[in-house]
Amino acid sequence: MSLLKIKDATLKFGGVVAVDDLSLSVEEGEIYAIVGPNGAGKSTVFNLISRFYQPFSGSISFDGQNLLDRSADQVADLGIARTFQNIELFDHATVLQNLLVGRHRHRKTSMVEELFFAPRVRREELAHREAVEEIIDFLDLQPYRDKMIAGLPYGVRKVVELGRALASGPSLLLLDEPASGLSVEETQDMRWWIDDIRKQMGITVLMVEHDMGLVSSVSDRVLALADGAKLAEGTPAQVQADPAVIEAYLGAGAV
Amino acid sequence: MRIQFKTSYNDDIRLFPDRWTLGVYTTLLVMAFALPLLIGEFYLGEVTNVLIWAIAGLGLMLLTGQAGQVSLGHAAFLAIGCYTNTILIEAGLSFILAFPLAGVITGMVGAIIAIPALRLHGIYLAIATIALSILADDIIVLLDPWTGGVSGKFPDMITIFGLEIERWSMPTRFYYLVLLVTILCTLFYRNLLRSPLGRAFAAVRDSEVSATAMGVHIARTKTKAFGLSCMITGWAGALMGYYAGAFNNETFSLVISITLLMMIVIGGLGSIHGAFFGAVVVAFLPQVLSILKGAVLGGGVAIPGLETGVFGMILILFILFEPMGIYGRWLKIRTWFELFPFARKDMFRRQKSYLKTERLR
Repeated sequence: MSLLKIKDATLKFGGVVAVDDLSLSVEEGEIYAIVGPNGAGKSTVFNLISRFYQPFSGSISFDGQNLLDRSADQVADLGIARTFQNIELFDHATVLQNLLVGRHRHRKTSMVEELFFAPRVRREELAHREAVEEIIDFLDLQPYRDKMIAGLPYGVRKVVELGRALASGPSLLLLDEPASGLSVEETQDMRWWIDDIRKQMGITVLMVEHDMGLVSSVSDRVLALADGAKLAEGTPAQVQADPAVIEAYLGAGAV
Repeated sequence: MRIQFKTSYNDDIRLFPDRWTLGVYTTLLVMAFALPLLIGEFYLGEVTNVLIWAIAGLGLMLLTGQAGQVSLGHAAFLAIGCYTNTILIEAGLSFILAFPLAGVITGMVGAIIAIPALRLHGIYLAIATIALSILADDIIVLLDPWTGGVSGKFPDMITIFGLEIERWSMPTRFYYLVLLVTILCTLFYRNLLRSPLGRAFAAVRDSEVSATAMGVHIARTKTKAFGLSCMITGWAGALMGYYAGAFNNETFSLVISITLLMMIVIGGLGSIHGAFFGAVVVAFLPQVLSILKGAVLGGGVAIPGLETGVFGMILILFILFEPMGIYGRWLKIRTWFELFPFARKDMFRRQKSYLKTERLR
């Protein structure tokens, strides 16, 4: 059974159809990429899954549960974590604190216990810290552990955001343009990490990405979107060779 | 240069990260407890005033500095704490029960008031909370049978298990009471900072979108921030009532709300130290001004609006030249000495912030 299933989802902003009768399904353990020109509705699909937007029609289910029954803050509890296209970190906190916010869905202590810092809070904190340290090791973030986000370079922030999503221990990871604005080396690193996230951690990855090099090297299946509708779906090679995709990117008669 | 050598994750969770800090704060605490032996009663009263302001500052700091919600209505919560405490004691409760309860009730009122305010951001929230400050005055007058209205109330002497505490006749005992409450509130604040709720506050402050995506319930977290902040403010209010010896509908005015907000900005937003530094400025400035005025112009000359004018000037200068407040300046000076001679001028310069995701919804 598919892990994530979107069926006939439609979303309109006024007269603009952002997502047009879109269906897709992501299988457990695969890396699924969504590509398409700017404004094709890729990030909107992510915002639908994160429950920031409510679709006009259609259904979204995750792991057999209806996602549309959940509010935006309950999505993380199901095991879906995401990153943002323009990096949404907590700027006035350290890298470590940012990653620890990722553990938020695993907290068990109440407000009163935390006010008095009961022994249980300390035990929990140590466990969270251990989980976060594994992510720090995985992503080589050791030099930045106690640094404020506000002072970090762009590339590092991108990695921290990936780390924060991983810290929540998701079963599905949504990556919104993980390589945008990264240098060639950083993109290479990102490629290995995405590969390892699937292999070592067993996390299913759904990503939106423009860098076709990255997409074709890591993803199992690719979906091409244009104007909110599905153009083509298949292996990276199939999608790249699809005439409709070439037309959407380069215009009619380009081949 | 101080080097921290950490050997376990617990080192990052402890109240004091290393022996040096532990030493510094122990010394500070010992000095605070020995203070009545060192200074006269007048100055002890002034220090008590600083501590009460600092508690109120901690309350607002938790909301504004930590959770990023501006409030210009905190004088109303000071009033609620003060009146609740007095009314509960008049109803026959002992201080040891009435005082904590006054804070908790203020906190609950704050949480309830927060619910409609949750949809507002930044300046709009500030304007909405101004209304609270103004309303408080009228409500106190309207509730005359309980609050004493315009003629006000005079709090009774505090009795804790037979031990009598009064601000004028026993300033030392009152000082110790305030000091204990200050330590407790500081401890609460510090505990929050190192636990999930404190981080959720920071998450809500810096990015609501990604806080939601991480599973933080925005409305619930803001309500908790309001509740906890108002609880601490309520305690400060009750102590203020005792300190003043008498209070009525005009004691907790909008000016107090503005002073509180100014205090935490001058002190340094988002830090415990900031609340204390700000309290020192707010509590001592009137005295320093009147001494200066007496020295320059001689006694008897009245300059209307001098205090407010100087306060405003200080605030503007801080926003222009030191947005991180006194605590920020202190950090810079400390770093300069710690790294000497390697400190660079632009070490604290803010990085340009990158594109933000456009507001969703």
